[in-house]
Amino acid sequence: MNHLVILPILIPLLGAALSLFIEHRRYGPKVQRTVAWASMAALAAAVALLFAQTSQGQISAYLLGDWPARLGIALVADGLAGWMLVTTLLLAIACLLYACTGWDRRAPHFHALFQFQLVGLNGAFLTGDIFNLFVFFEVMLIASYGLLLSGGRGLRMRIGLHYVVFNVTASTLFLIALGMLYATLGSLNMAEIGQRVAELPPSHLKLAKAALGLLLLVFCSKAALLPMYLWLPESYARAPAAVAALFVIMTKVGLYSVLRVTSLWFDADAGAMSGYGSDWLLWAGIATLMVGALGALAATRMSVLVAYLVVVSAATLFIAFALGSAGTISAGLYYLPHSTFAAAALFLIADLMRRRRVQADRRREHELSAVLPSRTVPGLLFLIGAVAVAGLPPLAGFLAKAALLSAVPEAHTAVVWGVVLGSSLLVIMGLARNGIRLFWRVPGDDDAVIPEPEPVDAPARPFETAATCLLLGYVVLMSVFAAPLMRQTDAIAAQLLAPDQYLHDVRGTAPQVRQP
Amino acid sequence: MELALASAIGVLTGIGIYLLLRARSFDVILGMTFLSYATNLLIFSAGRPVIGKAPVLKDGVATTLAHYTDPLPQALVLTAIVIAFAMTAVTIVLAMRSRSDNHSDHVDAHEPEPPAEQAAKSGGDA
Repeated sequence: MNHLVILPILIPLLGAALSLFIEHRRYGPKVQRTVAWASMAALAAAVALLFAQTSQGQISAYLLGDWPARLGIALVADGLAGWMLVTTLLLAIACLLYACTGWDRRAPHFHALFQFQLVGLNGAFLTGDIFNLFVFFEVMLIASYGLLLSGGRGLRMRIGLHYVVFNVTASTLFLIALGMLYATLGSLNMAEIGQRVAELPPSHLKLAKAALGLLLLVFCSKAALLPMYLWLPESYARAPAAVAALFVIMTKVGLYSVLRVTSLWFDADAGAMSGYGSDWLLWAGIATLMVGALGALAATRMSVLVAYLVVVSAATLFIAFALGSAGTISAGLYYLPHSTFAAAALFLIADLMRRRRVQADRRREHELSAVLPSRTVPGLLFLIGAVAVAGLPPLAGFLAKAALLSAVPEAHTAVVWGVVLGSSLLVIMGLARNGIRLFWRVPGDDDAVIPEPEPVDAPARPFETAATCLLLGYVVLMSVFAAPLMRQTDAIAAQLLAPDQYLHDVRGTAPQVRQP
Repeated sequence: MELALASAIGVLTGIGIYLLLRARSFDVILGMTFLSYATNLLIFSAGRPVIGKAPVLKDGVATTLAHYTDPLPQALVLTAIVIAFAMTAVTIVLAMRSRSDNHSDHVDAHEPEPPAEQAAKSGGDA
């Protein structure tokens, strides 16, 4: 049995436990940060080794408790899981770097919660059991409540209450769906369900459809699809920057689950359930894309603008995954890390600029119009981030969108091209408007009534700029090495569209010690 | 028993949804609790409830499913109960904190007031 599969869950779990022991003030931030980085380094090694295996097309199942996969809980590392793990890891490194410049001292338990969040994320990507997926969702969400709320007060408490109530309700729906699913299919292992969905008797079909539809609804609400996206902009915009940047991956967990479930259960061999929900997902994705782009255009604060960009990227991915051909899934998988890094970088840039403007002009911290003291470095960073997230050449966003548009099937060409290109235009306009108001406004050109404050030179802490540069560096590297990465996503998409190997490998993994 | 169980789940869900849609944070928390009770019963019934049979293996009883009740839903319910319980606690703390910070237990942290008062209040907050 391949023990590497469980390490991405175990390492942050141990790191979190250790962080709890050294939280007392007498240890100081240096020790806490050392532990956090040691855990992160070990995680990086484990994920790198695992990715090296999964990128060869290998699927390894790991039986927790040594029960056969259809009875017990199994972890499964395939190409998609490896890809998501690497994305999470790279994002988490940049977020931790940013948080270590000061936020981790203001928010109690930051390091422990951060590591728990990684446990939840990695677990959600690795698990092969649908109830276990629920548990890792909860681990991830509970850590996210802590990260969002610690160190906050007043308005953030109100936003936090909305966020928590929404997510708890969604989790309740998840449980209802799981109960119905177990009642109709008699298993919670994803591979086993995939097998049984295909052999479902017609009498059970309606109940199974209701349960699976409810399940998709839950995933879509986590990924902020149209009617369920309302919680996202405010809570992400109010979250501390390092946390908001990490949260960008959380919407991708919902997308990952949709992709996993639809590719495994509703594939071409699934009989009556084949292609279930894909039309609905496509149209909801298109509508979300339009609303998200309009929201980006209307945003008056930069963090809200970036939060809407998260909605836009999730909607683009929904369209890519709902179309369901190898080309669109591959383009979507290439777009996923890229849009994650770009949006996270923009959250960090928004925070950099907000703080510097606050120092320059305390009265108008939430308005775009306050004057920024020095603008060369943040201006350049914003330019790169904006070009990346809007999908302009030469960065990877353009390549991903071009690949997606060229792979759209004939029947949907007009709608998808129109909406994707139109939304890109709106996003570019929103970003340009923000950039102009933030960087090109000369002090005192139109509001002579208000005496201009003395610009206070408040240089950003170097590590914060370094974290932002790191995220933008990922984006640039993704563009430079586009060919090998796209070959990789092609391989992952091919593996997803042929779930027989997954089913066979998971069901075929025999217990090591236990004799049935 | 089917009728009793099914109607209990239905009634609890109905109460939960009604309370969840109300505007006071205390009502919302109660609604979430009722919903989680309904969910627990639903998961429990997913294993086809049987009367008077054990979920764990016993000596002297044949090891076929006909002589036992399905143990898996019971384990699932346990997990669900623990998570729902913890989340209720978190939400209560959050609601209390929001009430003391914002001086209102409305879910939007301010009372829906006539426009004039509302403007005055938001001016005071800023």
